[in-house]
Amino acid sequence: MNVALQETLPVVEPSATSGALSLLWVIIALPALGATVILLLGNRRTSGFAHLLGCATVVGSFVLSLVCFVTLLGRGEEERQVVQKLYTWVEAGSFSADFALLYDPLSALFLLLITGVGSLIHVYSVGYMEHDARRARFFAYLNLFVAAMLVLVLADNYLLMFLGWEGVGLASYLLIGFWQHKPSAAVAAKKAFVVNRVGDIGMALGTMLVFTTFGTVAFAGVSAAAGEASQTTMTVLGLLFLLAACGKSAQVPLQSWLLDAMEGPTPVSALIHAATMVTAGVYLVVRSNFIYDHTEAAQTAVVVVGTVTLLWGAVIGCAKDDIKKALAGSTMSQIGYMMLAAGLGPAGYAFAIFHLLTHGFFKANMFLGAGSVMHAMDDDVDMRHYGALQKAVPVTFLTFALGYLAIIGVPPFAGFWSKDKIIEAAFGENLVVGTAALLGAGITAFYMTRVMLMTFLGSKRWERGVHPHESPKTMTVPLVVLAALSAVGGLLLLGDWVVEWLAPVVGAEEHHELAVPPIVVSLVVLLVVAAGVGLAVALVGRREVPRTAPTSVSFVTRAARADLYGDAINEGLLMRPGDSFVRGLVSFDDHTLDGAVSGTGGAFGGLSSTFRRMQTGFVRSYALSLLLGALLVVVAMLAVNL
Amino acid sequence: MSATPFLVLSAILFTIGSVGVLTRRNAIVVFMCVELMLNASNLALVTFARVHGNLDGQVAAFFVMVVAAAEVVVGLAIIMTIFRTRRSASVDEASLLKY
Repeated sequence: MNVALQETLPVVEPSATSGALSLLWVIIALPALGATVILLLGNRRTSGFAHLLGCATVVGSFVLSLVCFVTLLGRGEEERQVVQKLYTWVEAGSFSADFALLYDPLSALFLLLITGVGSLIHVYSVGYMEHDARRARFFAYLNLFVAAMLVLVLADNYLLMFLGWEGVGLASYLLIGFWQHKPSAAVAAKKAFVVNRVGDIGMALGTMLVFTTFGTVAFAGVSAAAGEASQTTMTVLGLLFLLAACGKSAQVPLQSWLLDAMEGPTPVSALIHAATMVTAGVYLVVRSNFIYDHTEAAQTAVVVVGTVTLLWGAVIGCAKDDIKKALAGSTMSQIGYMMLAAGLGPAGYAFAIFHLLTHGFFKANMFLGAGSVMHAMDDDVDMRHYGALQKAVPVTFLTFALGYLAIIGVPPFAGFWSKDKIIEAAFGENLVVGTAALLGAGITAFYMTRVMLMTFLGSKRWERGVHPHESPKTMTVPLVVLAALSAVGGLLLLGDWVVEWLAPVVGAEEHHELAVPPIVVSLVVLLVVAAGVGLAVALVGRREVPRTAPTSVSFVTRAARADLYGDAINEGLLMRPGDSFVRGLVSFDDHTLDGAVSGTGGAFGGLSSTFRRMQTGFVRSYALSLLLGALLVVVAMLAVNL
Repeated sequence: MSATPFLVLSAILFTIGSVGVLTRRNAIVVFMCVELMLNASNLALVTFARVHGNLDGQVAAFFVMVVAAAEVVVGLAIIMTIFRTRRSASVDEASLLKY
């Protein structure tokens, strides 16, 4: 299959930038500048203008991204890959990596998502963080986050991508632990950092293997030579990059940090889940399409990881009472869909990106909506204390509802188009995978309906003294914009636009012949979704929601509340054995190595305390030993001479 | 003239001297015994010089005498000092310098 495929595979062949596209570097430079200025001047000196600067830089980047996008739209399909070499970054022997930016249809979409949704989140944060004394610092970190993510998606080689990759990891650490006075936040930040490091090993090893295999780390060079490497190398590369993607995108088995990451301020959660961070893994897989297209084994691994995660996240989402954690489970699940699509090869890449975009819209919308609800409820996150909020926070309710309709996939909202395509492609690949994706859609409908019912409808279960109020304009306007995007995001698929747009990067779609026409699949999906909604209404909407979580629940619920024992698995399989291993090493060091060294010293000490008894202090005994010595010498001389 | 009687005398004197060094406690007697040993070796040196018919042995004997004279000066001074501070010339009592 590969021989036939290689000829049709697209190769990264960028030309130099010109015109408006030569401003590409400014897109990164602006948020980086914002972060630098605020961090260098310090929180106190910048508190007056930091939020304005932070928003201005990202909005500026967004405007530039739009300009670049329009320029790219105006070009012919062959001229849509441009590279801007800023300078030679690293040069050592035969190794060289440029600080060069690759702008093609794929990074163009990511730029729009990151800077667009990022801008809205920045604006929202102005209101959300208004009473926080460290708001200036918060905006510096947000800018840093955006800048790092932009480096990641604009890099033209794996090494520069790694820079952005690590930058994103750093910024997420700083932001998740932003309220570092809370031990839980500090621990969550550390956990996210450590788990991400595990993924980074994959990224680092992958980059090294790319260099030793192809002699270059640039996407252009690698994609041109991709067919020449051995199948095994490609599989190893694919698996290493999959490990990296698992870390950043919170896929099983590196999923455990995502739910804890909810300790960060809500705009951070929105930024991590919608525009940056978790999308990086999907981006890596899609960007490395020239590697995955040559290795079916790694592709299968991607599909399996995606499928497992989409069900894993969905099940967790069903049991969480914390509104942010329910949404976090949902993110895991949706990213699982994207990975699943990305693992399907050229048939799925475009749909993975399409779902990533629409998910960016509705997930940012819902996270910001959740933040708005928390704002109204005095930062309470327990949905059991919500209920009947639709009158109290009407704008949040309406926008959240649009996001809800989008995520469960009700036509004509964005999620319907993107998720439907993925399920269709999954059925084209494999019946089991398709069924899992279909089931995931049903569970998604169930837990999102549950969130909706528990938060906005039903009876009031508010804590005493809580007076819900609608959020200020800076928070509701981004919500409205995102809700509108969630509603109309599906337009991107109009006439297969997004598929054709991405074709120069990821290859054309292979049409899988389904046994049934696509419309039947869509109808079945809708039926399953309706069943999920109905189940939620029956189980949650029709009954009184207890104010405290019931303890006598089924095994499944208990498991889902404990994140399907993800932490326990990590602890049992990795942490405890690692701990015992280190303990063993320490005791070996203490007893065997240290024992040998101090034993030698002790032996000589004991020996000398025996020998020092010879120094009796009696002159005559010294004289005797002198005489005996002399005699010995004489005898020895006689023995030698005779 | 045979050298044997001289060497036998030298050996007897040396033995007396060494036994005295090892057995006597009085520093003065020990000192005298050391002198006895030195002179026994002088006698042996002179005898061998005579046997070999050259002066090397006699020169060495003179050196020994010079060293012995210097030793007497330093040794007696030390013994005097010890006796003054400790009211005793016993070598066994000056045994502070030990393990």
